[in-house]
Amino acid sequence: MVAFDIVLSGVILGGTYALIALGLTLQYGVARIMNLAYGELLIAAAFGAYWLFVAKAVSPLTGLIVVIPVAFALNWLIYRFLLTPLVRRAKSRDALEADSILATFGMLFIVQGGLLVAFGGQYYSDRFLQSAVIILGDTVEANKLVTAAFAIVASLGLYLALTHTRAGTAIRAVAVAPGSARLVGIDVERLSAFAFALGGALSAAGGVLVSMSLLFSATSGVLFTMKALIIAIMGGAGNLLGSLVAGLILGIAEIAVARLIDPGLTIAINFVLFLAVLLIRPAGLFGRAAA
Amino acid sequence: MRQLGFALAAAAAAALYAGNPAVAQDKIKIGYVVAKSGPNAPGAGITTIPNYKLWVTDVNAAGGINVGGKKMQIEVVEYDDQSSTEEAVKGIERLATEDKVDLILPPWGTGTNLAVAPVIAKYGYPHLAVTAATDMAPEMVKRFPNSFWFLGTSSQGADALVEVLNKLKAKGLGTNIAMVSVADQFGIELSKAARPALDKAGFKLVYDKSYPVTTQDFAPIINEAKAANPDAFVAFSYPPDTFGLTGTAIALGFNPKVFYTAVGTAFMVYKDQFKDNVDGVMGVGGVNPDTPEMQAYFKHHKEVTGQDADRWASPVTYASLQILQQAIEKVGSLDKQKIADAIKAGEFDTVLGKVKMVNNIRQDVWWAGQWQGGEFYGLGPTSIAGAKEPLFPKPDWKK
Repeated sequence: MVAFDIVLSGVILGGTYALIALGLTLQYGVARIMNLAYGELLIAAAFGAYWLFVAKAVSPLTGLIVVIPVAFALNWLIYRFLLTPLVRRAKSRDALEADSILATFGMLFIVQGGLLVAFGGQYYSDRFLQSAVIILGDTVEANKLVTAAFAIVASLGLYLALTHTRAGTAIRAVAVAPGSARLVGIDVERLSAFAFALGGALSAAGGVLVSMSLLFSATSGVLFTMKALIIAIMGGAGNLLGSLVAGLILGIAEIAVARLIDPGLTIAINFVLFLAVLLIRPAGLFGRAAA
Repeated sequence: MRQLGFALAAAAAAALYAGNPAVAQDKIKIGYVVAKSGPNAPGAGITTIPNYKLWVTDVNAAGGINVGGKKMQIEVVEYDDQSSTEEAVKGIERLATEDKVDLILPPWGTGTNLAVAPVIAKYGYPHLAVTAATDMAPEMVKRFPNSFWFLGTSSQGADALVEVLNKLKAKGLGTNIAMVSVADQFGIELSKAARPALDKAGFKLVYDKSYPVTTQDFAPIINEAKAANPDAFVAFSYPPDTFGLTGTAIALGFNPKVFYTAVGTAFMVYKDQFKDNVDGVMGVGGVNPDTPEMQAYFKHHKEVTGQDADRWASPVTYASLQILQQAIEKVGSLDKQKIADAIKAGEFDTVLGKVKMVNNIRQDVWWAGQWQGGEFYGLGPTSIAGAKEPLFPKPDWKK
């Protein structure tokens, strides 16, 4: 049945999108950094997985064990040395956003340049776990299923951690009102660094999983940043469940448009939905108006 | 009086200098703008860039090109057009006005070559467009008489494929075709030419869609094509999508009797990636690998660049450079117009055999090829020497 086809493929695609956006949601929502180099770091992780797979015969799934902590550390260092001076200097949230856009925009070119030198402009893909899985008569690639499952588990897991642990509540406090959070003894800077690093680790995980099924090259980063941005803002900045839902909606919409109307309109539907959400609910589907 | 003397001496020196460029110039400056990043990079990186480097290496190793009795080596200026036609045009302008190169080599891709043709013509350079297949070729020749089109027209391409498919009807090929095309000049033109050709031959299009250049996920397309139950799958695709479509078709077990992807199928990395599964896959292009010139070329290409030449446009690229060199030697100078005239009129010895341009368009272009036993052979047009019989049906994908 076409409808089931569309929903199943849409949820799988949407899961991939949500995973890509989770990291940016944390980085933007909690650490208040509009990280334009987000996609580049995701692609760097994808290349890392590719290299591990091709040169060291380590499967991408096993590679996650290496890539996630490395990405966490790397992003923490980026926050500590590149972004902390901006944070300390910023007089308001808007000023920090503007500064972080400029700084990460520069970082984008550094990372992209490095990847171009190391890997050239060619397209790559791990093509791992490509076996077909039949679900109720529909054929789906196994690697996409794994990616979607990971996305759902990760977002639900994080959501529970954020709402049921002390550290999680502290992070949410920083996301909602950093000024007040400081007043109740929360170390805002340390938690922001943690959130930024965690966001980076999530994006790296996304990059590794995505490397299994999609074609990517050193210049694909911008595409991913764009997708992540749309979903993160659609879902409400900082809202993990919002990102998951927005990702799923976007995935289903893209598949529906591709099957029922024309595959050429997939990029258009991204922006139509984005505009619609911004016009109707500017703070995002689940977002709160700025405090 | 002294000032007049100085002025006269200066004028005389200037006249001597300006009137004797051969004395002042030692090297031939050749420039090109080609895609080193972006969606066109895979194609350019296999077909164009290695052959440019190979040719320059070969020429310089032999001491240079004989320009009117003097052997001049080649000096290269290269820019990355980032797969953007705007950047390509800007790059050509820079080569012509700032670097002041003697000759310009073409970029990769039909769309890019069409975009830079006017600006190359504006500065009077001959334009040897290799990686360009367009029905606009005759019109381009009229507007830009110093442009040369090495892969012919997309109608020829569509006709050659339909000819092969038509012959397969006798072997049991049904009439349902699923066709997809990349939304770039190449894909748009070929699908546009293919529709009437397929219709005329009695084929029916059960799926006909185009996809954006930046598409990364081909599962929706393959699933849809599979659902339409076609006898043949034809994709007018570019290298990133050729690989993506094939990989996805294997993963999802899509096994039509004919599987055709376009640019990229003839790349040796296609065989490296899909190994035994390439047998029976049809693609755009083809070569006659059995001639001694071609064998020598493949071997030499691998030795010098470390990469395998592709089985379509690589030899054509190298042949175009051989033609350029022979034209320069025939003319005896770097006069752009004279070189263009020599290319128009002459017959040249190349890795493809003898080549003579007819109205600035190369004839006998391979358009349909197939992987058979680990080599990519030309199937059609069947009128070209060395055309092979197709292997039909394509064996099912192995996992």
